[in-house]
Amino acid sequence: MANSFTRMMSGRHTAVILASIGAGTLASGYLLSDHVVAAAERTKLYPPSADFPDLRKHNNCMAAALTPTIYGHLRDKKTPNDWTLDQCIQTGVDNPGHPFIKTVGMVAGDEESYEVFAELFDPVIKDRHNGYDPRTMKHPTDLDASKITSGMFDERYVLSSRVRTGRSIRGLSLPPACSRSERREVERVAVTALSGLKGDLSGRYYSLGEMSDREQQQLIDDHLLFDKPVSPLLMAAGMARDWPDARGIWHNNEKNFLIWINEEDHTRIISMEKGGNMKKVFERFCRGLKQVEHLIQERGWEFMWNDRLGYVLTCPSNLGTGLRAGVHIRLPILSRDPRFKRILDNLRLQKRGTGGVDTASTGDTVDVSNLDRLGKSEVELVQLVIDGVNYLIECEKRLERGQDIKIPSPILQFRK
Amino acid sequence: MPFGDAHNQVKMKFSSEEEYPDLSKHNNHMSKVLTAALYERLRSKQTPSGFTLDDIIQTGVDNPGHPFIMTVGCVAGDEETYEVFKELLDPVIEDRHGGYKPSDKHKTDLTSSNLKGGDDLDPDYVLSSRVRTGRSVRGFCLPPHCSRGERRAVEKLSIEALASLSGDLNGKYYALKNMTDAEQQQLIDDHFLFDKPVSPLLLSSGMGRDWPDARGIWHNDNKTFLVWVNEEDHLRVISMQKGGNMKEVFNRFCTGLTKIETLFKERNHAFMWNEHLGYVLTCPSNLGTGLRAGVHVKLPNMSKNAKFEEVLKKLRLQKRGTGGVDTAAVGGVFDISNADRLGFSEVELVQMVVDGVKLLVEMEKKLEKGQSIDDIMPAQK
Repeated sequence: MANSFTRMMSGRHTAVILASIGAGTLASGYLLSDHVVAAAERTKLYPPSADFPDLRKHNNCMAAALTPTIYGHLRDKKTPNDWTLDQCIQTGVDNPGHPFIKTVGMVAGDEESYEVFAELFDPVIKDRHNGYDPRTMKHPTDLDASKITSGMFDERYVLSSRVRTGRSIRGLSLPPACSRSERREVERVAVTALSGLKGDLSGRYYSLGEMSDREQQQLIDDHLLFDKPVSPLLMAAGMARDWPDARGIWHNNEKNFLIWINEEDHTRIISMEKGGNMKKVFERFCRGLKQVEHLIQERGWEFMWNDRLGYVLTCPSNLGTGLRAGVHIRLPILSRDPRFKRILDNLRLQKRGTGGVDTASTGDTVDVSNLDRLGKSEVELVQLVIDGVNYLIECEKRLERGQDIKIPSPILQFRK
Repeated sequence: MPFGDAHNQVKMKFSSEEEYPDLSKHNNHMSKVLTAALYERLRSKQTPSGFTLDDIIQTGVDNPGHPFIMTVGCVAGDEETYEVFKELLDPVIEDRHGGYKPSDKHKTDLTSSNLKGGDDLDPDYVLSSRVRTGRSVRGFCLPPHCSRGERRAVEKLSIEALASLSGDLNGKYYALKNMTDAEQQQLIDDHFLFDKPVSPLLLSSGMGRDWPDARGIWHNDNKTFLVWVNEEDHLRVISMQKGGNMKEVFNRFCTGLTKIETLFKERNHAFMWNEHLGYVLTCPSNLGTGLRAGVHVKLPNMSKNAKFEEVLKKLRLQKRGTGGVDTAAVGGVFDISNADRLGFSEVELVQMVVDGVKLLVEMEKKLEKGQSIDDIMPAQK
């Protein structure tokens, strides 16, 4: 086997190559370039079983779902942008995960990845999003902030409120796969649209590669600057290539509406402010998002979206709404109560340290946000956070008064 | 990435200017050579296994370099890379290897009896001696580009070949993913265990993919001959021992390498080699011999002398800290090795190290006695 292969590589006689791999499929052989022929022969030499990754020590959603059969079906497929399965799963192969933290372990290179590799993405999505089945279910999108009720928190407890999501520009490859020119096009499309925002949303773009030291320091002081990714999860997915080319930060003059360009997704949109007015934060979020969408549509672009997966983003964990609505909240007594975790779980909330995911809480302040992303609309998720946080504040107040608290019944995961 | 980069064809629909990387803040060999015009000429090409220009240069784009350290900034994905992209790699090679021209021929000489002396470096100063090189197995893609199947095939071949070694070279293979805690600890204690690369230079080029699949370490029972499988190259071969008997180290190195090459050939796999570039390895900096012969040597006085750098340069030697490249010297102990890889044979390079270290130790002794070293300053080699 090895013998014939080396002869092929060094011989480069098309006739020999044709004869050994079967001329039937290659009638116009002399027109084929070396690499197409070599790729075909290599595929024969290395069937999918030779390439199947060793996932025995792995604990991520991809490793739990990927079987040799699925790999065999998908290995030789490509999206229209020629993105492959191996490229989707590389991050999950390289990062086995942690016994207690289950990462997703795969990314999309383009919108079509979710279709072409559905045989693997669908079970991963189902696993990650609590049983949401992309084959049978529909995802609701609702950005009407007027539906929100009780969105003003007691500011003795809630220090700040924030809503973030991501958006991808249809027709351009995603951060793991994009070429430099595609990434630069994303930057151009986004920055052009953002320059059309007015009033309280009017603002400015800072390109990472070109900002002055003073601008950089100001952005750091405002806690707005994002850094080159260091997480091996992101690096292994190829998202840091060509840094800092075509990366940047846009923010409005009031610094409460912020867009990251070409970090983990084409765009990340953040609305935030000190205090407990989540309704106002969400209202600005929705307004800003709609205006940006309108501005890109004027130039013939649109966001990646479908009714199966909602907004399409790089990581399957962010599909649907891609939305994380959260608060920094002081809960000195409740956060030490052994029932805290169960209460959060039942409210479909998650706690993080105030440095974001993977950080520990400092003092009594915790970051509390929605667990879910897909299967519920933006309005539903934000309302869920509002209702949940209000419940947590009630618990804290009761505990302050020496009263007992109740663990709430678990919230239904999907609408009937 | 393995199995073809047809993705490259998709990029062709964008203009060359749009795709050309921003190298304005870069300082590596690739960035000095790759003009926009050259990028345009080469961007549509690929090797038979599908390695492309962007694959070659990604590491150099992602790692602009340091104002004082000149990295190479490009890697090969297979043997053909050096041919298909010679317009980029020839000038990089010329820059990196002291003016080595596309028409030059490289000499290979692994006849260790051609080495003169080398068995008498003063062990009071020379603490250890080591020779390393790399080898690539023809017919398989290199670490930046290989698929898991290929990497495993290289490992399988290596295990078979190494298992046939006997006598002083009888040894054992430890697969990184299967080793027990006890084995791992022993390998760490022996300073043999290599870790998953953390250097962004290596990670950007894709060499860390699928770690630790098909990676491993083989060493002989005497722990003087060591082979790394599928780290930065298909094989890295190391001969080493305490003390200053570089001749013995080099003897073992040549014997072992020659035996391994024979065993691979018996299995229909030659090493990648040609008469222009010598042994073909992943990084252009390791072409030719891929050889670094070095000692750990105590030179506290010499290192404080104003002429130290000049002497090293004249002797065609390079200093590093004892932790390897990028580390600082500790306690006046330096790692001194040959600066060249290509354009000189293995014997010639080890000879330079042996003669050069002998002179450095002589100078050290003179400085200890308060004597001048001016009269024994070497000429430029």
